[in-house]
Amino acid sequence: MLLEQILFFVAAAGAIGGALGVVLLRNPFFSVLALVGHLVALALLFLLLRAEFIAAAQLVVYAGAVMVLYIFVVAYIGGVEETVAGGGLVGRVGPVFAATLLVELCIAITGSGLDALNTRGQHVAAGFGSPGAIGKLLLEKFLIPFEAASFLLLVAAVGAVVLAQRRRGLEDETDDELPERAGRAPIGGPEGRAGQDHEDATRPPAGTAEGPGDPTPEHDAEPSEPESEPEPEPVGGSA
Amino acid sequence: MDIVWFVVLSAFIFCIGVAGVLTRRNPLVILLCLELMLNAGNLALVAFSRMVGNAEGQVFALIVMVVAACEVVVGLGLIVAMYRRRIPIDVDEVRELRG
Repeated sequence: MLLEQILFFVAAAGAIGGALGVVLLRNPFFSVLALVGHLVALALLFLLLRAEFIAAAQLVVYAGAVMVLYIFVVAYIGGVEETVAGGGLVGRVGPVFAATLLVELCIAITGSGLDALNTRGQHVAAGFGSPGAIGKLLLEKFLIPFEAASFLLLVAAVGAVVLAQRRRGLEDETDDELPERAGRAPIGGPEGRAGQDHEDATRPPAGTAEGPGDPTPEHDAEPSEPESEPEPEPVGGSA
Repeated sequence: MDIVWFVVLSAFIFCIGVAGVLTRRNPLVILLCLELMLNAGNLALVAFSRMVGNAEGQVFALIVMVVAACEVVVGLGLIVAMYRRRIPIDVDEVRELRG
């Protein structure tokens, strides 16, 4: 009993400290590390609540896999620190809003009519929260949510690949945009248009070259240069 | 320990997450704060599952973990795409959505 209380307060202090570290630390890398500590403390709390499988999944999936993903992205984008601490109206109102929400939630919890909140919970059998019990529930009663969750994971993985893949057109666009942003704006007007003309002039030959392959470049080349229209047609006819 | 302690602790963690989402401007840290809020929900679910003596709440917590993993994957993909397009990694600078 006493050991349980000591464990609870240690884990609660770890969880709250980790959460505060996530919010208050300036460097995203240290925020991620604080979240790892928070997750480990939370796994201890799950153990105290007799949820052994959830605790193990928390440690392996969250603190292990997901946090490694975060670390990779922080290392990739170079852990940029924020320049100014939360300016603006939202930045100032945010903590006040959160404190108000906390008071409200505490009133709601203590004022709720749930008598069982002030007990240690129902007496449960020995296998409560074991992998066997959870697996049985997942595959019998919650089979459809289980399958839906796996489908959701698949969709998220495909979405992430689509979002983060290196697209050729996207890179070209950023290369074109960069000099304009760098301060060539006064002379950039005619220059940018000249660049576009150059791009248009180079496109029809590319269209004729790729003409027999697919119909879209041929169609694209039509309005810009009508003279080149007879050229791709015989090629398309012969092919 | 009484169940109410766990629920109050989950309320604390949730509110810390809310404050982080509202004040921080780095999208990575905002994702981390979303994780905090989801974890607070998980803790409340598991605590109520213990209170009722029914393991179904723990299955809900597992599903929440799956949803959180999906959210992380898509969010991190967006951040990497922002970095590739040389958009500043700051939610105040991202004002328009275009492809």
